Amino acid sequence: MRFMFKTDYEDDIRLFPHSGYLVSYGVLLAVLAIAPFALSSYLVSQLVFVCIYATVGVGLMILTGFTGQASLGHAAFLAIGAYTAAYLQQFNVPFPVYFLAAGLLTGVIGAMVGFPALRLQGIYLVIATISFAFIVEEILARWESVTHGNEGMRVKTIQMLGTTVSRDSPAFYFLCLGVLILTIVGTLNLLRSPTGRAFVAIRDSETAARSMGINVSLYKVKSFAISAAITGLAGVLFAHKLSFISPEMFTLQLSIEFIIVILIGGAFSLHGAVLGAIFLVMIDPFLTYLKDDMPGIIAGVAATLGAGAERAASIKSSVAAFASANGLKGAIYGVIIVLFVLFEPLGLYGRWLKIKLFFQLFPLYKRATFKRQKIYVKSERNR
Amino acid sequence: MSYFRAENLSLHFGGLKAVDAVSFAVEKGEILSIIGPNGAGKSSIFNLISRIYSPTSGRIYFEDQDITQEPAFGIAKLGIARTFQNIELFENATVLSNLLVGRHRHSQTQLWQELLFLPSVRAAEKVHRRRVEQVIEFLDLEAYRDKLISGLPYGVRKVIELARALCSEPKLILLDLKLPRMDGFEVITWIRKQEGIRAIPVVVLTSSSQLRDVNRAYELGANSFFVKEFDFQNSVDLTRLLERYWLQKARKPESSRPERKRAGE
Repeated sequence: MRFMFKTDYEDDIRLFPHSGYLVSYGVLLAVLAIAPFALSSYLVSQLVFVCIYATVGVGLMILTGFTGQASLGHAAFLAIGAYTAAYLQQFNVPFPVYFLAAGLLTGVIGAMVGFPALRLQGIYLVIATISFAFIVEEILARWESVTHGNEGMRVKTIQMLGTTVSRDSPAFYFLCLGVLILTIVGTLNLLRSPTGRAFVAIRDSETAARSMGINVSLYKVKSFAISAAITGLAGVLFAHKLSFISPEMFTLQLSIEFIIVILIGGAFSLHGAVLGAIFLVMIDPFLTYLKDDMPGIIAGVAATLGAGAERAASIKSSVAAFASANGLKGAIYGVIIVLFVLFEPLGLYGRWLKIKLFFQLFPLYKRATFKRQKIYVKSERNR
Repeated sequence: MSYFRAENLSLHFGGLKAVDAVSFAVEKGEILSIIGPNGAGKSSIFNLISRIYSPTSGRIYFEDQDITQEPAFGIAKLGIARTFQNIELFENATVLSNLLVGRHRHSQTQLWQELLFLPSVRAAEKVHRRRVEQVIEFLDLEAYRDKLISGLPYGVRKVIELARALCSEPKLILLDLKLPRMDGFEVITWIRKQEGIRAIPVVVLTSSSQLRDVNRAYELGANSFFVKEFDFQNSVDLTRLLERYWLQKARKPESSRPERKRAGE
């Protein structure tokens, strides 16, 4: 186990507390750098989706994980980013310009959503953000002169610095990875400065935050704006990756997927956003496998156990019907959320920390280390 | 003119008069102790000053400035720090970041500077960190620096709350000292001894149906005032109360414990 001896205030501030971090993140970065040349195009494409979802996850983490304001409307911010890109592209606006414009616009809209949210808390805030998402979805479907309504919009490939960055090229992967890394570094910078601490303070006790001189409303709006802006940037990349966008892609289910990203990753750390994104992107191939192979496997097992050919065929067709049932994806997401909240509230990153600590303290690890203590009843919350 | 002054402060919840026309003043370097039995409205006065509640009527002045209409965070920015009766710390943050939040009223950096963590932000952070370290040293919190609040015992949390208030370099501290089995007056005695903060006026709040607290406030030379009359038999006269206290104490010495006998002796 490593003991840190701090000799300078710099030790509390720096992003890499010791050389171990530098080595492990350096190796990770090297692996990610050679990935597009070593992996199949399908896997690289999945990695791009991981980057995009993780960027959204970081944005949502700022709002939900650090400021404590729940949101089920982030699909709308993603949509606004995507549509801004698609719209501005028609006028031959260069990529860097509309990329930043999309972030700016979603940031402003995020701040506007933040203002009414000041008076709302918990479940009511969730309802408000859901309704915001529905409004945006509806506007996208009806405002045909700009969004082409339900027909959707084509998104052309990126033209940057005189070259074309196609959506399957390694260059696009590096663009997404770069955006993700910059977002993470920016967020970490924020967290080690007064604004980030104010966010965490608001999450844990608004009353105390207020009496420490934190303008709670201002910081909530800031948090909404930053979170939305990051999601908007991810939206541009999302639009380019899919090359076609339409309103029905940005539904409530997408917002729930973003919540899954941070909840399953662990809603207290940026590692969680990335781990959650990897998890979420991996669910889809798993569901496809379920749909394609499971009926055959179960029928085969039934046949081996002595079921007749007719019986096996009927089992196969009923399992296939179940696997391709409408809304099965949503149901599976729901079950995953419930299981994680019940059994692993700290998420995948929390599990990783536990495993790490187990080996660090080898014979002395005790399970109670991560148990949250709630001994003192807060009778006077003064909300 | 007084340093801090409350005039005819009232807080009514419908027909319930939690605080009714209370006036008091604090000078620089003074300790004012607000004393009253449970439910007298002591905490409500604190909440009125720090603007968690808005007064029904009355005015509050600080450094000859009317602060009755200031928002809660504005009060803190002016330099009025407080602690809470039921500890309000940031549970899932480390002690260090809790104390750094106390420095918030001195932070000058802009959002875009923080996103890039420019050298100016880094320099400001180090200044904050140094100030916090001084308070940590004052209050012997070195062992807890990187611990999460959620894992710390009650007594330590109470000290951390005081530390957080001190980190903001306040001009006036409101201490809510309703402490179970802990003598809040020791804290004040300690504050008095400190070089840098001796001049800070302290408003102390104690729940005193206990004569002991009245006595301690008296010993410290604090100006006390009673929010509501005590129901100690017909007297609110401080001197007579204290007489009664000393009489009681003489009759029942604190150190006398029944001797234990071990089996076999």
